[in-house]
Amino acid sequence: MGIELQNITKKFTGYTALDNISLNVASGELVALLGPSGCGKTTLLRIIAGLELPDSGKIILDSKDTTNLPPRKKNVGFVFQHYALFRRLTVFENVAFGLKVLPFRERPSRSAIQDRVEHLLKLVQMDWAIKRYPSQLSGGQRQRVALARALAVNPKVLLLDEPFSALDAKVRQELRRWLRKLHDEIHVTSIFVTHDQEEALELADRIVVINKGRIEQQGTPQEVYDHPANAFVYNFLGNVNVFHGRIKNGKVSLGTHHVDAPDELKYTEEKPSQAFVRPHEIGISRIRSNQADLAGTIREVRLMGGQIGLNLECEGFEHAIDAEIPRDLYLNLQLAKGEKVFVSLNRVRVFTGDYEI
Amino acid sequence: MGYTVFYLSAIVIVPLSMIFFNTIPMGWEPFLHAVTAPRVLASYRLSFSTALFAAVFDAIVGLLTAWVLVRYRFPGKQFLDALVDLPFALPTAVAGICFATIYSPVGWLGQTLIKYNIEIINSPTGIVVALIFIGFPFVVRTIQPVLEEVEQEIEEAAQCLGATRWQTFRKILFPHLFPALLTGSTLAFARGIGEYGSVIFIAGNLPMKTEIAPLMIMSKLDQFDYQGASAVALVLLVISFSMLLLLNAIQEWQQKEYR
Repeated sequence: MGIELQNITKKFTGYTALDNISLNVASGELVALLGPSGCGKTTLLRIIAGLELPDSGKIILDSKDTTNLPPRKKNVGFVFQHYALFRRLTVFENVAFGLKVLPFRERPSRSAIQDRVEHLLKLVQMDWAIKRYPSQLSGGQRQRVALARALAVNPKVLLLDEPFSALDAKVRQELRRWLRKLHDEIHVTSIFVTHDQEEALELADRIVVINKGRIEQQGTPQEVYDHPANAFVYNFLGNVNVFHGRIKNGKVSLGTHHVDAPDELKYTEEKPSQAFVRPHEIGISRIRSNQADLAGTIREVRLMGGQIGLNLECEGFEHAIDAEIPRDLYLNLQLAKGEKVFVSLNRVRVFTGDYEI
Repeated sequence: MGYTVFYLSAIVIVPLSMIFFNTIPMGWEPFLHAVTAPRVLASYRLSFSTALFAAVFDAIVGLLTAWVLVRYRFPGKQFLDALVDLPFALPTAVAGICFATIYSPVGWLGQTLIKYNIEIINSPTGIVVALIFIGFPFVVRTIQPVLEEVEQEIEEAAQCLGATRWQTFRKILFPHLFPALLTGSTLAFARGIGEYGSVIFIAGNLPMKTEIAPLMIMSKLDQFDYQGASAVALVLLVISFSMLLLLNAIQEWQQKEYR
């Protein structure tokens, strides 16, 4: 029950929401559409569901062209950001809705519906709330009911539109792990939209990074995180320090500092470049162990749980550098605001071209 | 709280209780006699049945109008929206005169209708027509905000689950709108019972046939039968009030379930 999107384009007045998007999702896969808000990811999801029509392109669902089918004939499950539960119906009736609206001949018997709803509610761990109304449930519970409701019709594909973004951080994380487990149990082909890179990295089999209506990169979380195709992807997948500089003769200048350019960027002529360093890929020590280490001063210390965030002012650098170090190291080195340290940039990624963040 | 009670008393309760006190000196026998006279009973029947017809009609058309006003964008929408309130603002007598002119056997609608043997003027049908006009904004204005509150997503969710538009309306939207619809049409109904100005122009006011209850009161007053008038008024008051009470009870019961 795979999905094949061919050259989907959608224009709204004034801008292009989706620009020639092609994407394949294999049967049973859990794919994340990741991108900043307004990048077109939700529009793409709505087009797959039939809630919007593309201007051009095709949607092949389960090897059938479903581009122009109305949503009710597509047999997709859709989970909305704000749950969209039916307020006047109980949890049971919400989940049973998709079965009860089936044409008479296809409709299961009352007891079959009862069984199916109970089974689904058990699956989402909401069987205790079967007689409640949505207003009596918390956000996380509502979203689980919404998921059970979407699964009730045996959808070919499950589409989730920022399913956790309306929940608070702790519930969000819980639900995320739980959804991953659920997916491993039932293997329904799923696509979810998110702007939260952590969510995408943790949950998905495959991540599709979208920006301004185009696919920037797709791959497993590992691939995308370790080998970002471009500056946008790198920047979007986590906190970064950005250094604007120039690349020349195989060297990249970062302030007064130089690092070797990667092989594919060993230009002889000068080009503008950007170097990225993730905060946790920065080393801090009291003694200079390497000639390339930078001398810096700690301007700010932030407690972030297991990690400590440092804001550093380094010689020859215009902007402050953010670093994250483990708590143990922080305590061992007895660091404090205002102290001098040496900073090593352990892993620098360089991209050429001007790129606006 | 104190102020509310004071104003409520000054504006609503005191004047209305005068009806009560005016009626009491009458004594039970004459009271019963006054309110069960065949002509009076006929007027009650007429008032309530025409108001009910009009309220039901308003419920259906009002729902459709509210739907169109909320869901569609079209040129002249603002104008239509304003038009809905017109029956609120227009002196009812003006409406009555308009109806009388249009529907009279020589008026341009009455001319056509008379060919099909439909008589509007001097008939209960005419009263219903006037009451529909008067009650219409109540329904539209109570449904509109509730309908606006229903997110598009709810309907989309139903569609994705395989529901047709009709199923979505019947199973999801209608239950949602029902309390507002009930309130709106009850208000229209209550207004219909009390309506006087527009009806007397169109009804013809034939005793036993097209004489409405408020007119009954007026004609009793004209004959200086003040007690008789307040007796009829009292019955009208009690019925209207208990209906509104019943409506409130129904709504309370409806809300309790899912909140």
